[in-house]
Amino acid sequence: MKCDFCDTKASVFLTQLVEGQMKKVSLCETCAKERGVTDPTGFSLADLLLGGISGELGGMIGGHQPAGGGKVCQACGFTLEDLRRVRRFGCAECYTLFREEITPMLRGMHKGASHVGKVPEGLMALQFKHQRLQDLRSRLEQAVTAENYEEAAGLRDEIHSLALP
Amino acid sequence: MMRFSTLIKNPADWMTGGAAAHGAVLTSRIRLARNLRRQPFPGWAKREQRALALELMRPSVEALSVMKDAFSQELSDLSSVQKQVLVERHLVSREHAARSEGSAVVIERRQSFSFMLNEEDHLRMQAIRPGLQLSSAFEALSALDTELETTLEFAFDPTLGYLTTCPTNLGTGLRASVMLHLPGLVLSDQIGQVLQAVGKIGLAVRGLYGEGTESLGHLYQISNQSTLGESEETIIRRLERVIGQVAEHEQNAREKLLEDDPEMVADKIGRAFGVLRHAHIIDSKEALNHLSLLRLGGTLGFFPADTILLCDSLLMDIQPAHLQLHAVRKLSPEERDAIRAQIIRSRLQNLQSSDTCTPSAGEPPSSSQPANPPDEL
Repeated sequence: MKCDFCDTKASVFLTQLVEGQMKKVSLCETCAKERGVTDPTGFSLADLLLGGISGELGGMIGGHQPAGGGKVCQACGFTLEDLRRVRRFGCAECYTLFREEITPMLRGMHKGASHVGKVPEGLMALQFKHQRLQDLRSRLEQAVTAENYEEAAGLRDEIHSLALP
Repeated sequence: MMRFSTLIKNPADWMTGGAAAHGAVLTSRIRLARNLRRQPFPGWAKREQRALALELMRPSVEALSVMKDAFSQELSDLSSVQKQVLVERHLVSREHAARSEGSAVVIERRQSFSFMLNEEDHLRMQAIRPGLQLSSAFEALSALDTELETTLEFAFDPTLGYLTTCPTNLGTGLRASVMLHLPGLVLSDQIGQVLQAVGKIGLAVRGLYGEGTESLGHLYQISNQSTLGESEETIIRRLERVIGQVAEHEQNAREKLLEDDPEMVADKIGRAFGVLRHAHIIDSKEALNHLSLLRLGGTLGFFPADTILLCDSLLMDIQPAHLQLHAVRKLSPEERDAIRAQIIRSRLQNLQSSDTCTPSAGEPPSSSQPANPPDEL
């Protein structure tokens, strides 16, 4: 049997059931090494499939290309064409810009489409602060409308103390 | 700062404990992937951006209390043999070993924690423990992650979780994997069936040193694939449950083999011991397969219980880069095979098996061995 990536004789065979679907990949020694299949820290078949062996996931990226073709990440200059080429993203911002394009890809890779689990504690504090600020601002608005200036001054001070680092 | 020779001189903590308690489970590993919020991912970053990211992360990682007197090196400062030794010890990935400038590794002195900086993600942190200890390994590593959050701002999205370079790691960024020694299932031809069942529930199975189901040394790794949509605890709990079942199947297979065909088992183990004890040229494939059987002999009571640990450390020490490090020079494959045989012979010199190569009287079978390895180990 030949390697799925080049014409060399395949010596590494991967079979995996992903959500009940059988996925098979054959690789030669070199391609297996290149793609980290022999790497003990773990690899993912989805990752290999993204490379375009089976057209399924690769096709999803390609199929969405016209929709996101013109988009360029303002933070790092990454484009969808780059995603197709390197199968990795450029920076954290890319995930916001290309959200629509990656969402269908995720279904084939993961058990769910939204995160359950650890949240950075600092970030939680930040989210809480944002919520609190929003709450204080709307109360301030109400206080001003009601001409309750004493309360408004107190709220304003509290907002200032939260907003400053 | 710890030197490379000091780091590698001793076997890792996870190589020398707990093996007696879990004959089938060698090690548990947890990996977390994290990225800096405001820096481009390492693979896309320009040279100076990578250098900046490293400059931002390295002091925080080195300042972790657990990293006191740690080994910390930029990859460009390590020789190719040194890098390969770290790969063989599972302390850096093959991909990371291929990097040089702008990437670094920080390894805790007992080799229980290893942090790769500017790997595929900005930060790949790993905890390794002996036996089946995924939960405690995760808790320990997660605590370090939380400690880092006080100084580093990680890329996180409320829907997609921790953002990673490759979308296959999104969410928890967690890869939990367990290394298993399954000679019983291989010898009784049940391995394919068991591994297929494991694959059905979305877990990945790989042979460690080989390919397909005919893995070298009867060693297999099982890990989670999906990282998004389930909590760390759920992922780990499922994996631990499955591993527990596989280990039980292995134990049953060993007992049944011994009951059904004790001569065959004794013959295989005895022959493996004979070859290892007397060979002068041995390649790594042959050595791994015989060591596997010798290890089985240790768990079945054919040899003293400390044989298991002897095999586990040999498994590491006979790998190519470890041999070159030992010889302090580059070796041809033929030289390696000779030195490998020499090391094995000398380590097994004092190993005694009972004459009949069957469990000696009073030697308890593996299932009833004390949970703690003897002190002299």
